[in-house]
Amino acid sequence: MRFIGRAIFVLSALAGTGPLCAESVAVAVAANFRVPMQALVEAFGGHHEVTLISGSTGGLYAQIVNGAPYDVFIAADSERPRLLGQSGLAAAATQFTVASGQLVLWSANRELQPNADIRDLLGDDIRFLAIANPALAPYGEAARQSLVQLGIWEKFASRLVYGTNVAQAYAMVATGNAEFGLVALSQVMDEKTPGSYVIVPSTLHEPINQDAILLNRGAGNPAATSLIEFLSSSPARSLIRQFGYRADL
Amino acid sequence: MDLGPVWISLKLASVTVVVLILIGTPLAWWLAFTRSRWRAIVEALVALPLVLPPTVLGFYLLILLGPAGPVGRFWVQLTGDTLTFSFLGLVIASVLYSFPFAVQPLQSAFESVGRAPLEAAATLGASPIDAFVRVASPLALRGYVTAIVLGFAHTLGEFGVVLMVGGNIPGVTKVVSIAIYEQVETLTYSQAHYLSAGLLAFSFVVLLLVYVINRRIPINRIQA
Repeated sequence: MRFIGRAIFVLSALAGTGPLCAESVAVAVAANFRVPMQALVEAFGGHHEVTLISGSTGGLYAQIVNGAPYDVFIAADSERPRLLGQSGLAAAATQFTVASGQLVLWSANRELQPNADIRDLLGDDIRFLAIANPALAPYGEAARQSLVQLGIWEKFASRLVYGTNVAQAYAMVATGNAEFGLVALSQVMDEKTPGSYVIVPSTLHEPINQDAILLNRGAGNPAATSLIEFLSSSPARSLIRQFGYRADL
Repeated sequence: MDLGPVWISLKLASVTVVVLILIGTPLAWWLAFTRSRWRAIVEALVALPLVLPPTVLGFYLLILLGPAGPVGRFWVQLTGDTLTFSFLGLVIASVLYSFPFAVQPLQSAFESVGRAPLEAAATLGASPIDAFVRVASPLALRGYVTAIVLGFAHTLGEFGVVLMVGGNIPGVTKVVSIAIYEQVETLTYSQAHYLSAGLLAFSFVVLLLVYVINRRIPINRIQA
């Protein structure tokens, strides 16, 4: 009982400090964008206290719908922010594309020519090609569209293995289980990444947009609105590009 | 509605249980009666899947069973096929993560049978195997029922490991738990409800059966 009493005391003391923490922002960010977002937060400035909550876009969306205390939402698609704006849980007018992902064909153990034709690389000897699940992950849908556009979807349908997200597709290739994977440039551009990759032309698939939106809770929070503004600034965009995303709107 | 994943799950759970009982019985027997100092280590190893997050287990199995891993490479050399992304790979993964659910009930059942009935059987001229089949196994029947049902149900419900090791290939490694996850994520709740409610009802009935059966099995009954 004494513990509970103390806990209540501490909680009420914390609640009392509310006005002092006005400069804090809670950002729900799709897991794939967490690392660039950390860099963006550092660039944003030290006087704001930004907390990042990362998870799957669908998971974060469900949390927000059920009243999670977040100010800003950065999704791995445009759809979920749009739905939040439509249902009045976020300010629809604040939605914009922070970054666009780039799809690459990656092998962990082959040397690929940077301008090689993807159809030539994906020969008959390939046993498994890893992609993210098209039904669940934007990178998976982009991979599916690209394979269809290239006319090799049918050929590879029986050799595709699916990760829940692009991180799992990456793991399947990194561990040598799949010879190739269609993954994100942001995952493989680091020099320490084994193997090599070829960028899939962005004309082969719909844009892989990461959209941000100001949630209702953040509407009255100046720090949240200035973070949203900062994300579309040119210093932020050049930072985002360094992580393998397009940010040229 | 696509029932393919349901059949794959049922097939996987059945095969897994058979393997679990075949491997689990001698191991549980050894654990129940050994005085070896290795016993604690083996017990800890057996219990590991209870505490490890499925993604950890899945990731290590992906490495271990993959064509670059020690087990996977051997298998590729032997058969020309890979273990990961195959039904056999799923069986191996399932056996590993359901291991404690089969071994622990068997071990405690053997422990409660004790040495006395076996020693009595030996005095009457029964060989050790004879004594095990005719005396110890029937006495440990409750343990077997629990091990079979828990091993089956746990395999049916597992998700994280099979997703990593199986690659979610429709018709080969796409099991019912992954199908449900996909439907929830894509907001097709009505489909998800059918499968989820089915799984829930099935699991409840199975567990209910265990408790009913276990109540009906007298603790000390030796079959003539």
